[in-house]
Amino acid sequence: MAITEAGPATTTKRDYSLVGESTRRAIETGLASAEWYHTDVPRKTMKELMQRSDGPAIRDTIIWIGGLILMAAGGIYFWGSWWCVPFFFVYGVLYGSACDSRWHECGHGTAFKTRWMNDVVYEIASFQVMRNPVTWRWSHARHHTDTIIVGRDAEIAVMRPPDLIRAGLAFIGILDAWGSLKTLGRNALGNLSEDEKSYIPEMERGKAITAARWHMAIYIATITLALYMWSWLPLMIIGLPRLYGCWHMVMTGLLQHIGLADNVIDHRLNSRTVYMNPISRFIYLNMNYHVEHHMFPMVPYHALPKLHELIKHDLPAANPSIWHAYKEAWPVVKRQLRYEDYYLKRELPPTARPYKAEFHDSPVGAAAE
Amino acid sequence: MTDWVAACAEGDIDEEDVMRFDHSGRTFAIYRSPDDEYFATDGLCTHEKVHLADGLVMDDIIECPKHNGRFNYKTGAAKGAPVCVNLATYPVKVEGGQVYIGL
Repeated sequence: MAITEAGPATTTKRDYSLVGESTRRAIETGLASAEWYHTDVPRKTMKELMQRSDGPAIRDTIIWIGGLILMAAGGIYFWGSWWCVPFFFVYGVLYGSACDSRWHECGHGTAFKTRWMNDVVYEIASFQVMRNPVTWRWSHARHHTDTIIVGRDAEIAVMRPPDLIRAGLAFIGILDAWGSLKTLGRNALGNLSEDEKSYIPEMERGKAITAARWHMAIYIATITLALYMWSWLPLMIIGLPRLYGCWHMVMTGLLQHIGLADNVIDHRLNSRTVYMNPISRFIYLNMNYHVEHHMFPMVPYHALPKLHELIKHDLPAANPSIWHAYKEAWPVVKRQLRYEDYYLKRELPPTARPYKAEFHDSPVGAAAE
Repeated sequence: MTDWVAACAEGDIDEEDVMRFDHSGRTFAIYRSPDDEYFATDGLCTHEKVHLADGLVMDDIIECPKHNGRFNYKTGAAKGAPVCVNLATYPVKVEGGQVYIGL
């Protein structure tokens, strides 16, 4: 794959607060709520792609829940011996990693055609991934409006300069789970931060507090049971899988935007599509087609491969594997330790329209050629 | 007094689909329901001002293409986060093969 490395050997300090200087400048320069680039897809074709269906999601949810139950049963049965390890390994991934993609797809309302099915799976998955279902619905809406716009996007996973220790620890979920629990605890006490208030409408804030209280109640009950039993087992089933099972979520999720541009309004510049094996794609619900998903979030996960085939002529070539994507991103991330403006700009095929050029030289975290 | 403006011809919109209509600096969405009835709303999502005409019609629901917010296009009712504010609706009539929106 031809790559054009881009980005000056400069550092523009970024303020990732959602109510700070970068926010103000993003709004002033028109980066906030901007008009993003889209590949042309005929309306008739887009309607077909957008069509919702309960079938694929029911099938995948049965496999997911069935897997969780079977693996939990095996882990509990063999608890106390090494035989429980493979069961908890798989259980951990199904709980601590697959939860993220279910949270995501059902949060969009695109997994199932039937609304309540999306809502039920969304609530379960939100709990597993330790996210306030109300807060994160709103923060994810902001992520789609202002993807990797510094000062606006609440979900920038790797900020600049990259904190490699934090990123490494993410694979075992320690910092993230602790941060999530602190946030849930704070929300449960009726407290929303200024950042949270910046993207959650006032009429929804009460719901966020109620949701947090439910989550905390379940964790407190689980801890109480564990203490009563004087055993880790209840926590191995509820809560700890978010730590020991999240590695797949982090491995795939980091590739979505890492090393790519910020403060641009063309998803081909700030998002990445990576071909993955079918098991990973089941766990990840096809979110490896990440450029496609950001460009057309109304296309359900099961139609993303088809969408990819339709528009790949207009996109940078997909990374052929997870390994390839990390090999590509790692040198960029290392360079960003010293030069925060540095990013990877991938070459477009001759069949593609040029990158949307406005704002790419913006003084807000300039990421220019 | 209602000002009836011709928006489109009857067959211009597929069943269970939506079309954008701009008039006098305003933008609207015209819908054709699965029952072959026509409806009209403001054309922009009340959440983040995205054109609903790029969205998905499912039965009596229009889904915004940006954040999947949903409205009942017949009543304008917002059907859940991230949309909280209802859509304005407008009367529609069909005469002589033309769809008219009442402004």
